[in-house]
Amino acid sequence: MSEDEPLVSVRGLEVALPDLTRKPLFGKAPPIKILDRLDFDIGRGSILGIVGQSGSGKSTLGRTMLRLIEPTGGTIRFAGQDISHLGEAALRPFRRQAQMIFQDPMSSLNPRHRVSTIITGPLRLNGFDRVKERAAEALDHVGLPRSFLSRYPHELSGGQRQRVGIARAIAMRPQFILADEIVSGLDVSSQAQVLNLLEKLVRELDLTLAFISHDLSVIRRLCSHVMVLYRGRIVEHGPVETVFDRPQAAYTRELLDAIPLPDPNQANWLA
Amino acid sequence: MNAFLAIRNLSAILRGGSQRVLRSVDLAVEAGEVRGLVGESGAGKSMIGKAVLGILPSAVSIVEGEILLDGRNLLAMPQKERRRTIGTVAALIPQDPLTALNPSRRIGRQITDRLVDILGWTEANASARALELLDEVQIQNPQRVMASYPHELSGGMRQRVLIAAAFAANPKLIIADEPTTALDVTVQKQILKLIREMQARHGTAMLFVTHDLGVVSKVCQKLSVLYSGKVVEDRAVSEFFAEPRHAYSKALLAATPKYTDPFASLLPVDEAVIASVDAEVKAADREWRHV
Ligand SMILES: Nc1ncnc2c1ncn2[C@@H]1O[C@H](COP(=O)(O)OP(=O)(O)OP(=O)(O)O)[C@@H](O)[C@H]1O
Ligand SMILES: Nc1ncnc2c1ncn2[C@@H]1O[C@H](COP(=O)(O)OP(=O)(O)OP(=O)(O)O)[C@@H](O)[C@H]1O
Ligand SMILES: [Mg+2]
Ligand SMILES: [Mg+2]
Repeated sequence: MSEDEPLVSVRGLEVALPDLTRKPLFGKAPPIKILDRLDFDIGRGSILGIVGQSGSGKSTLGRTMLRLIEPTGGTIRFAGQDISHLGEAALRPFRRQAQMIFQDPMSSLNPRHRVSTIITGPLRLNGFDRVKERAAEALDHVGLPRSFLSRYPHELSGGQRQRVGIARAIAMRPQFILADEIVSGLDVSSQAQVLNLLEKLVRELDLTLAFISHDLSVIRRLCSHVMVLYRGRIVEHGPVETVFDRPQAAYTRELLDAIPLPDPNQANWLA
Repeated sequence: MNAFLAIRNLSAILRGGSQRVLRSVDLAVEAGEVRGLVGESGAGKSMIGKAVLGILPSAVSIVEGEILLDGRNLLAMPQKERRRTIGTVAALIPQDPLTALNPSRRIGRQITDRLVDILGWTEANASARALELLDEVQIQNPQRVMASYPHELSGGMRQRVLIAAAFAANPKLIIADEPTTALDVTVQKQILKLIREMQARHGTAMLFVTHDLGVVSKVCQKLSVLYSGKVVEDRAVSEFFAEPRHAYSKALLAATPKYTDPFASLLPVDEAVIASVDAEVKAADREWRHV
């Protein structure tokens, strides 16, 4: 494994799931392709933005890269190892190295656990020491007071919950984080804080990041590269400046035009 | 002035504490008007919406103030009357479209429930109304969607369903709590357009909670800026964007991203400004304890 080998390398990736909406009364549902022949690499220490409209397959791609879904075709390599079809036991070391922060903070945090248990639970499972301290430090990192350790998820605002999800992931000190729409519920200040934090972690801890978002301002600010998905295929992939300044695909143009700028006179925006 | 919703001097505290989460809030929404409510995460935006709808968490108690709905103070009504009043005139488009729908019940049921349970409609009338509304929010094949479960719909479709449900009983006031934050920009644009059309057609007063000033500039006529449970600015949208008055609003607007200018944006709100607005909040708290 060489230093300049990409951390994540994806070739010909396909995911097909049973299409339950077309399931006959008896027998199996026909498969529907959600991801179709994807090829891309994520270099160590880089930040890849993944954008695309609702239903284009972003979350499915994220879940497949983390092997929460087994691909139906193609390969995924992580740090040189083919993880496409490994079983749960063989995946254990990978599970610690690759963390996901979810789109929907309410359903990914156990409502019956306090924030402290939510963060220390996975740490204990993975044999970390000083778990309490690590949990407190993780809250510092995401800008939440340590007193929040004793709160339950329902005692937090939407944005605070989202930050607890981030704290839980970074407490594990992983090599790779996949973040799925983690700042869309945050105000600009908290967004800036979280983005600065992620940038710092990428820099200092040699973290590699894949960042799913529909907010192009955020992608532009944070990412070195961006990939645009459309109906399960990559329609555009390249350095952020190139893709945003000279979008090749009509869909990317459409995405850029749909951003509401803070200006009541932006011509006919809602027309 | 015929404010349909008038919140006056509303303060709320957390159980066991003396800190206020809402600090003498004044806020009005006139009939047929859309008022934006912005502020950072944890400022108390959802709390205000919940106070109006009478669904505050039990840990929060209101210690002073009035919530007037069509001139009648909700806080002075007996519990039962309050619930009925709110149920007949107000509705919510919730913050989280992913969890707002019950995963194990069909869409149709979830729209008709309120009509049947709170307003006493017959099942047949309620179903007819639900179909009509799904059509109005431009859902193709409403019959089929009525029979679907939430996981069978995309995020955008689920949000359309929630909008349909909110408008079902012809409410005079809708509280929209970040109705588009979970959607991508192209779907967001369609949904904002839909909300504006529905709101204008039905003449509904709307309190639109968001953290996105870009969205405010497109859908609202008035705007309240909330910081730490305190309203620091209350303006017409056109004036606000021309010249915000409060230092915090100015900093917030300056920090709002424009994709064309990536490096000038997404800086946190200026720390000096935060310190000064924190001091302002503290001063207001000291004064408050003395009255
Ligand atoms: N378990 C499943 N069974 C069948 N179809 C599914 C399943 N999960 C997702 N899909 C479909 O796969 C497509 C991609 O879904 P995915 O959640 O990956 O999209 P997304 O790009 O993350 O969208 P969003 O921006 O709304 O989160 C959608 O059309 C969805 O309906
Ligand atoms: N049940 C509760 N018990 C204790 N504190 C609570 C409870 N619910 C909310 N809070 C606190 O009250 C404050 C206001 O929360 P609220 O949900 O109104 O914020 P918000 O402005 O809507 O934020 P966001 O943009 O993140 O949704 C937050 O600091 C939150 O931690
Ligand atoms: Mg998704
Ligand atoms: Mg909220």
